[in-house]
Amino acid sequence: MKEIQQLSEPEAALVRGLTQERFSRGQLLRRAGVGAAGLSLSGLLAACGVGGTGGSGTATGPAADQVGSSAWWATQKQAGVLDFANWPYYIDTDHGKHPSLNQFTSKTGITVNYKEVIQDNAPFYAKIAPSLQAGQATGYDIIVMTNGWYLTELINHKWLIPLDLSRVPNFKKYASPIVQNPDYDERNTYTVAWQSGFTGIAYDPKLTGRPITSINDLWDPAFKGHVGMMSDNTELGSAGLLKLGIDPPTSTESDWHKAANILQQQRDKGLVRQYYDQSYIKALESGDTWITQAWSGDIFQANASGYPHLEFVVPKEGVMHWTDNMMIPLGAKHPVDALAWMNFYYQPKIAAEVADWINYICPVPAAKPIIAKQLDDPAVASSPLVFPTPAMAKKARDYYTFRNYDQFNTWNGIFDPIIQS
Amino acid sequence: MGLRQRLTPYLLGMPGGVYLAVFFVVPLFAVLSVSLQTGNPDTGFTLTWHWHEYVTAIQRYHTQFVRSFEYAAISTVLALVLAYPMAYWIAFHGGRHKSTYLLLVLLPFFVSFVIRTLAWEFILSDEGFVLGTLKDWHMLPQSTHVLSTRTAVLAGLTYSALPFMVLPLYVALERIDRRLVRAASDLYAPPASSFARVILPLSAPGIFAGFLLVFVTNVGDYVNAAILGGPGTTMIGNVIQTSYLQNFDYPMASALSSLLIAGTLVVIFLYARAFGASRIQEYA
Repeated sequence: MKEIQQLSEPEAALVRGLTQERFSRGQLLRRAGVGAAGLSLSGLLAACGVGGTGGSGTATGPAADQVGSSAWWATQKQAGVLDFANWPYYIDTDHGKHPSLNQFTSKTGITVNYKEVIQDNAPFYAKIAPSLQAGQATGYDIIVMTNGWYLTELINHKWLIPLDLSRVPNFKKYASPIVQNPDYDERNTYTVAWQSGFTGIAYDPKLTGRPITSINDLWDPAFKGHVGMMSDNTELGSAGLLKLGIDPPTSTESDWHKAANILQQQRDKGLVRQYYDQSYIKALESGDTWITQAWSGDIFQANASGYPHLEFVVPKEGVMHWTDNMMIPLGAKHPVDALAWMNFYYQPKIAAEVADWINYICPVPAAKPIIAKQLDDPAVASSPLVFPTPAMAKKARDYYTFRNYDQFNTWNGIFDPIIQS
Repeated sequence: MGLRQRLTPYLLGMPGGVYLAVFFVVPLFAVLSVSLQTGNPDTGFTLTWHWHEYVTAIQRYHTQFVRSFEYAAISTVLALVLAYPMAYWIAFHGGRHKSTYLLLVLLPFFVSFVIRTLAWEFILSDEGFVLGTLKDWHMLPQSTHVLSTRTAVLAGLTYSALPFMVLPLYVALERIDRRLVRAASDLYAPPASSFARVILPLSAPGIFAGFLLVFVTNVGDYVNAAILGGPGTTMIGNVIQTSYLQNFDYPMASALSSLLIAGTLVVIFLYARAFGASRIQEYA
């Protein structure tokens, strides 16, 4: 219960003076002491350094250098267990079970612990880098990552075990040429492809009013305010390079600036509706965007789930080809089992089962007739989004592979302002 | 007083103090320290007292900084305008069902914040049931779009801030002595006057608390701009997120974070001087 104090002004001031804090000499001395302590904290600040991930950070030594050599592989034995980390919805699933993994287990006796723990490359890399740097096992035998800066970092730091491709003969035998010997991993030293995709253009013919054939259509003023571009700066920058007719893997920094200029023009003219992550597909489906950069598998799935009119096109200037790759991180406890799975996967029958479900580009062309006949799914088999035609394959371009952090930083500094300003 | 009695308050405060020291003070110093470091993720970062990082940060991102404070201020004012009538009604006219009404205000918290923002993306889509219907009735031109504009981001920020504004306001309004309101009407004050001169000033602590909660969270927000925004609506939170998590540019991200903390503190201090602290003491 509050009482209303009816005090006159001088008395009220007296009450405040008697009851409120004052600044005494003791307080001043004490606070000066605290201030002095604070200055000594600057010494502590220096100790808050962030360690590097390369060089002396890694627990390398004579033993680590030999990991992955043929002598080392000769000493490794099959263990009967496989820890497989992958992206969500990236393997055939039938009522919660994975038929391809079950067939693998019954044929080889290896139990597979399948974990869908990878949501994106950057956070997953950030998750495993500390363990790898400390020389500890990550807990996974196979991880799946997209080609890009984070995969290059893993390779540069020697955190992946070189593959013994003599134990994966099915790869050389059945893999499509576009996934063999890629720019980011020469001679498939560390990785074999899991699935690939194209980043091309998707559009709604009813809204654009005409067929789309060229990357210049993303700059068409008729689509002002309804063009979607990607917020991933690697995809965005590569689109700019393609428009200028530059092959991304051989581009230079001045090419990047030129690409950034035309992307900035596209934005300044009000053509771009938004820079999207994977939610571009929702915007396209709802009609907010009419034409957008897109990933091939998303359009296939949109067609199958109620939007059959959406089209995906490979622009005549070229289409960006990315690959999600299987690799064995350093410290993996069951590397031979990992190789056994890779070999098993590259059989056309198994690759067919997986591709039939995932609907991205299958790395095994021989799976096509199997999907058409034995799995009775001609829609997938005849789709150029799963089995690209030779004409499409010729237009496939790789991304620029960053060789060191400075290049990565430069690229970011050039293309981030277009998305973020 | 014995030694034990003098130490007791500090011992009682120790768990909270340790928690604060470990999870607040140490990380704060770490962020300040990293902002002054140079290097790259491969070779490591070392403290070089690189103050120029702050200059670069302001040069590159001053637009986003100003924009974030602008959006936070607008969404705070909007949230206040929308939340005050709600809190007033629940406090003064809620009657027996006050807790039910409060539960209804809190209900959105049962759903993840990101999912609620995605729901707004669905509601505000060009041909969705809101805009599509209005366009069919020819109340809006066909080319209207709300998503990817500043309006959508502000709407999202205001919406997510509403419960944080309603609750402190409700608490402050609830605590007002009703006899003061009756006294005002006894002294011939019309209802509007008694509201403006009695209730509103007495709810000032609630407004301040609501302002703190809403402004501080919104100025660093990045979800609304990412999902509902478009070109030209990027907030400083998005920039910090990209810097830290994708580009691994720790010094820049830390410099941006430190600047954001400093800027927010300045705004709160200015608000407290203008509207709050000195007058609250007289009513306590």
